[in-house]
Amino acid sequence: MTTQEFRIGFLPLVDACLPILAQEHGFAEAEGLSLKLVRDMSWATVLDRLLYGHTDAAHLVAPLAIATTLGRGRPARPLAVPFVLGLNGNAITMRPDLAARVAASGKLGDPSLAGASLAQVARERLAAGKRLRFGVVHRYSSHNYMLRYWLAGCGIQPDRDVEITTIAPPFCADALEDGEVDAICVGEPWNSVAVERGAGEIVLATAQIWRRGVEKVLALREPVIDERREAVEALIRALVRAGAHFVDPANWQMNARILARPEYLDGHEDLILRAISDRILLRQHGEVVRYSDFMFQYREAANFPWVSQAEWLYTQMVRWDGLKFDPADAARAARVFRPDVYRNALIGSGEPLPGASSKVEGSLHQRTAVTAQQGSITLEQNRFFDGRTFDPANLSAYLASLD
Amino acid sequence: MRIAIIDESASRAIVIREGLAALPDCETFVVTQRLGLVAKIEEIGPDVVLMDLGNPSRDVLEEYFTVSRALSRPIAMFVDESDDEAIVASIDAGVSAYVVDGLSAHRIRPLLDLAIGRFNAFARLQTDLAKAQGALAEREAIDKAKRILMTSRGFSEPQAYAELRKTAMNQGRRIADIADAVITAQQLMGGA
Repeated sequence: MTTQEFRIGFLPLVDACLPILAQEHGFAEAEGLSLKLVRDMSWATVLDRLLYGHTDAAHLVAPLAIATTLGRGRPARPLAVPFVLGLNGNAITMRPDLAARVAASGKLGDPSLAGASLAQVARERLAAGKRLRFGVVHRYSSHNYMLRYWLAGCGIQPDRDVEITTIAPPFCADALEDGEVDAICVGEPWNSVAVERGAGEIVLATAQIWRRGVEKVLALREPVIDERREAVEALIRALVRAGAHFVDPANWQMNARILARPEYLDGHEDLILRAISDRILLRQHGEVVRYSDFMFQYREAANFPWVSQAEWLYTQMVRWDGLKFDPADAARAARVFRPDVYRNALIGSGEPLPGASSKVEGSLHQRTAVTAQQGSITLEQNRFFDGRTFDPANLSAYLASLD
Repeated sequence: MRIAIIDESASRAIVIREGLAALPDCETFVVTQRLGLVAKIEEIGPDVVLMDLGNPSRDVLEEYFTVSRALSRPIAMFVDESDDEAIVASIDAGVSAYVVDGLSAHRIRPLLDLAIGRFNAFARLQTDLAKAQGALAEREAIDKAKRILMTSRGFSEPQAYAELRKTAMNQGRRIADIADAVITAQQLMGGA
């Protein structure tokens, strides 16, 4: 078998883990692939390299794949997502003085209660002419949408009551320390870096806002999906095996060490290990708390590109970019996620495949067995913190209900 | 034309600025600080912004452009989005260019070509420098290994070098690698 090279762009974040580990542990090689990981420091550059052929695929914030397809911010270029690299894994970290007013020390906040306290502070600051400022990593990031969903759900109107600005992850801790922002919503290890420095305290995990929220995806230029279909499917199989390896506690230490290396995250092994193993240090000198499924990389067919998740992201884009709902755009956004490619890659393998490609998001309140095309799948609760559900059958009704 | 060069590497920014000095009617501004970046850009009010691809603040800058587009100063990515060749060349060189809408391509293209040329030249300089530093480090390692052999085995300097070279040839390795091995062995044996 000849080996095909596949170049994958990434940002140094813990959830870039699957492509890195697929290469490091030989899962890619077993599929006849050699992965070349290309590290960058901004999503803009990860995207440029993907669009102009420096890379074949990219670790990307999910909303950016849809924004690029729809031509938000720059001319439209269709992208395709055949694989979700993970769910959640982000947190909201506040300056210690703000954290103290919003959540009880020593444990993660309750999203509704913390939101109510935050609303009080936001009103005070608005009245004083010094609106609270939040930093997110990108306009088209799940961080931005999760944060806004939470704020709006707690009666805080983003852009009116509070400011939301973009901060590059490596500078999040600095920005908290300098008072450039009051809070950040960012992925690991950057919350923990801020906590270790005493610059911030973790108040919420984004998994508390939406228990099974789509986070990073594997994005390709749409034509590449067809031009290199065999390699793409081989890559999906390699990534699934990396996912199984990643969630096995026996491998956590080893994987943290690999990810910490200079060519990957160039970060602190212990902080990475914490994120991998669902343990969070909420405040400097505090105790590590356990929060299950802080990151979610494999179980429950987590990597399956649910069309309903792409559609949910589109509704948030409409909501926060102030767009008019457009059924044609909604359809284009939905087509970015490619469950057909995912299924084709894994049919005949031992991996479970769901029976449907779309689901009512946030509707499960308990463990539920769902129909499967292959294997068996039991999904755990996947609620939004406010109890709303997202039915992809009627996007405009959902949008109307959010007003 | 007002050109802002945003680069965390002050030396590269200077190299680029010098290159652009050749252009008529251009005023260049260099920004190397991350803090207050957006305020600085606002103050400069540039027609063109050049930023290296490795700069972590690119997303911050693009966000600012998106927001300001809704306000007053529309800024497009790159010269002309249809000019793929120019975009590919600039990405290859490691520079991104943001241009105020309405600035004609024939004014931008020479500027971008110059910037790309300067970015490439700077990258070559760095490669050369890295090579030179590598060669220097090898030379130092070989000298150190020679001294170890001279002390431990009573060799003269030419004898020590001959010994290193003979071993390298026998093992099909580079002299610098053998020197490194000698130094490591010496450290393991409790030497300095």
